[in-house]
Amino acid sequence: MTAAPVPVPATRGGAARGGAPRGVSHAVAASGRSAHVAKYGVRFVALGYLALLLALPVALVFYNTFAKGLGPVITALQQSDFQHAFWLTLTITLVAVPLNTIFGVVAALALVRRKFRGRGLLNALIDLPFALSPVVIGLSLILVYGKNGWLGGILQANGIQVIFALPSMILATIFVSLPFVVREVIPVLREIGTDQEEAAYTLGASPWRTFWRVTLPAIRWGVIYGVILTTARALGEFGAVSIVSGKISGKTETLTLNVEDRYQEFDLVGAYTASIVLALMAVAVLLAMNVYQSGRFRGNGGKLVDDAAPGVAAGEVR
Amino acid sequence: MSIAVKGVIKRFGTFVAVDDVSLDIADGTLTALLGPSGSGKSTLLRIISGLETPDAGTVWLGDQDVTRVPPQQRGIGFVFQHYAPFKHMTVRDNVAFGLTIRKRPKDEIRRKVDELLHLVQIEQMGDRFPAQLSGGQRQRMALARALAVEPEVLLLDEPFGALDARVRKELRAWLRRLHDETHVTTVFVTHDQEEAMDVADQIVVMNNGRIEQIGAPRELYEQPANEFVMSFIGPVNRLGTHWVRPHDIDILLEPTDSAVEAMIERVVYLGFEVRVELVRQDGSRVSVQVPRDEAERLELDAGQIVYARADREHVFAKT
Repeated sequence: MTAAPVPVPATRGGAARGGAPRGVSHAVAASGRSAHVAKYGVRFVALGYLALLLALPVALVFYNTFAKGLGPVITALQQSDFQHAFWLTLTITLVAVPLNTIFGVVAALALVRRKFRGRGLLNALIDLPFALSPVVIGLSLILVYGKNGWLGGILQANGIQVIFALPSMILATIFVSLPFVVREVIPVLREIGTDQEEAAYTLGASPWRTFWRVTLPAIRWGVIYGVILTTARALGEFGAVSIVSGKISGKTETLTLNVEDRYQEFDLVGAYTASIVLALMAVAVLLAMNVYQSGRFRGNGGKLVDDAAPGVAAGEVR
Repeated sequence: MSIAVKGVIKRFGTFVAVDDVSLDIADGTLTALLGPSGSGKSTLLRIISGLETPDAGTVWLGDQDVTRVPPQQRGIGFVFQHYAPFKHMTVRDNVAFGLTIRKRPKDEIRRKVDELLHLVQIEQMGDRFPAQLSGGQRQRMALARALAVEPEVLLLDEPFGALDARVRKELRAWLRRLHDETHVTTVFVTHDQEEAMDVADQIVVMNNGRIEQIGAPRELYEQPANEFVMSFIGPVNRLGTHWVRPHDIDILLEPTDSAVEAMIERVVYLGFEVRVELVRQDGSRVSVQVPRDEAERLELDAGQIVYARADREHVFAKT
């Protein structure tokens, strides 16, 4: 097997420095120098932007949390309101994310693989949560499920409390995080095409088995990324949940609401601690997905097969 | 198993892809569906496989009407143009897919896959992923996967289209041998007349969703039904209302009654044969193919005036 020669990407500036043939005029060296400037300039702008807008504030949150040592942090963690908020956020996320994942994959399959009346409408509706402000979403839910709302009266008469209770908070979270899985899966579905699915049919696989054995593994990266984004959104949702929950601490207060509550009461350590817990939850999801990936592809050294360089087997063309 | 297509019509919107096609394919034969792109040959193959449902007409496998039978239950093997490998599975798992779906015992599957990988000569590649194979190897894997379920009909859509010329020739000779050993009724789609002539027992020439002619390779070449078949099957010259193949023209140095005068524009050496490009007085061009020693005997050269005589020509009724 002969390895294909690996071209040095020009953006690394390697060609200008070491790769240029001897005797090349100064013009090339000069253009190499300006390439240098451009390269570091771009890097500086990109990193500086990120540092100022993202890294610095997050780092300061961490710093301020532990500024007075671990003691206040542990006290904050032990507060019953905080603990209730933590479990509430976890519950809402654990209900909303799986539901949106199933809906997202089904909706993506319908939009890409099927032709039906109202496809355009469905496609537009899916983006609605992106277009509407979460506050508006919260208010609209109250219009439907509130005391004087469309369905609220009937539900309440039957003893089901939606607004100012867990159901409305789950509904609001589902609403705001709905588009992520659909929007991540649709392009992947388009890209893989129908070939593999049709091949499975001709080999005797039913549509159901084809989905589990061929389609889902093929779109898994889209689904995984969609789940990560959905989870992040569900954990961090504030506006819609803030409206429908009534913000009753110890009852309908999620972690984000708890952060605001602590902050309003000048309990900065409490606010920062809750923030960090939120961040750690998101990191935990990312880690879990990574572990899942490497576990599934242990047989392949944890590498993504689709990325294998086309040149790898080029030496063995028969 | 024999295949019969009766009065099949398939439309995509306003485009008629297959226009009232009827076709019989005998058991154990190797048939080529030949035609330019957009001629409906791939759609016809997909209708036979069940991946596409006809708007009208019926499809029969043996004596069973399978028009409404899904592809899963037709007992077919299908090889896709771009092989459609399951990218997340190893070569072994790809080949085993149909058997796994049928819940065959594990050791039987292993034995069968070993046998097939040997048959298609990629034994050492079993644990690789499709992305790690060359085009030719991927093509073989796709064939092994289709053959694993022991289909009674094997359908191939442009099976060699994406391969380079050398691999393509090798694989088509191999497909022919495989067919001679297994005698599975095989239909393949191609736009390459040489490939169809080389491999098939029977060629179905298609154009604009219709069948122009069905016949053995030699039959098509020698008795083309119309101008389309004649020009699609090989190079052709048009002399007025007459059609003649380049090698059916003699070049003479002296004028005769039936010969036309022309000037040699170019002499191209192709190896055993020489292609002589002529320009007639009216400006029309004629391409002639003569054996090399004949060209040397006549000392043909550009600028020379010669006389071309059709040895054997075809006249088609105006359509």
